[in-house]
Amino acid sequence: MAITLYSMIEAVILCLNAVCVLHEQRFLAKVGWGIDQRGFGEEPGVKTQILNLIRSIRTVVRFPLIPINLVVILFKLLLG
Amino acid sequence: MNPNYASQPQFPGQQYINDPMANMAVQYGSSLAGQGRDLLDKNLEKYVSTSKIKYYFAVDTAYVGKKLALLTFPFTHSDWSIRYNEDEPIAPRYEHNAPDLYIPVMAFVTYLLTAGLVLGTQDRFTPEQLGIQASSALVWIVIEVLAMTLAVYIMNMNTELKYLDTLAYCGYKYVGMIMSLIAGLLLKSNGYYGVLAWYGLCIVFFLIRTLRVKILPHHQPQDDFSHGSKRSFYLILVISIIQPVMMWWLTRHIMFGK
Repeated sequence: MAITLYSMIEAVILCLNAVCVLHEQRFLAKVGWGIDQRGFGEEPGVKTQILNLIRSIRTVVRFPLIPINLVVILFKLLLG
Repeated sequence: MNPNYASQPQFPGQQYINDPMANMAVQYGSSLAGQGRDLLDKNLEKYVSTSKIKYYFAVDTAYVGKKLALLTFPFTHSDWSIRYNEDEPIAPRYEHNAPDLYIPVMAFVTYLLTAGLVLGTQDRFTPEQLGIQASSALVWIVIEVLAMTLAVYIMNMNTELKYLDTLAYCGYKYVGMIMSLIAGLLLKSNGYYGVLAWYGLCIVFFLIRTLRVKILPHHQPQDDFSHGSKRSFYLILVISIIQPVMMWWLTRHIMFGK
């Protein structure tokens, strides 16, 4: 029951990594989750929102994630 | 006596007061400090919107008493609507149904102290325990708020629920948790479970009533059975049902150990 702030931060970083790994052409397009051209005025559904989220996370987080990952890995190596 | 003594300045700072350069320097310094504060205010405003948070703490004794009574017995309360003007958040002092952050913050701290007390009666208290409990409770509330925000975003719901509101509604459960811990101290596990069940029931009722106003703000009667409104009803239900579970989860390990 000792879930600490640091372990939560680690979990969040892992989740963000998982989202960033998803590749647009190699994976999402094959599953049918590629960029679809929707008409205007349509109510965006659950799937569209999730895809939007994935895409925006990938755009924003990718570069900051590299040094953060390095730091976390270093911590793990040093402190176990 | 030394005759020169009187002509000496009384204290070293006096000559600076009469110096125009020093005056300017003082003025410049104070204006610089003011600028710095303005800059800080602006930057702080950008990230946590202090002006909005201020409203959540505008409470008075009557409000707090009423809200605590409402959390203990919400079943007779009939008017749950929030009367306010458009975008401006309203101070809970004037509108008793508005969410506040004062009760959650105070209840959170009290919960940690009560947890320390309970651990002390079981001879399990160490000073680090307080930190560990604080960290773990904080993690759970962050997870809750994140999950709710994410759910609202993914379902693309048109709500008036801001994340600070979410934080407030998630924080009200600490009141019940404190009460059940105290009951557990006085009456052992029967008292703990009884009070926990009562407060769990109350918070479910309270949240369903409150969130219905927040999440389904403009539901038209003819639009009542569209899938959007059904979806948000399920969301309200899930949020409310999770609260008692969290209450149990966050007090169980304190009450009964590993």
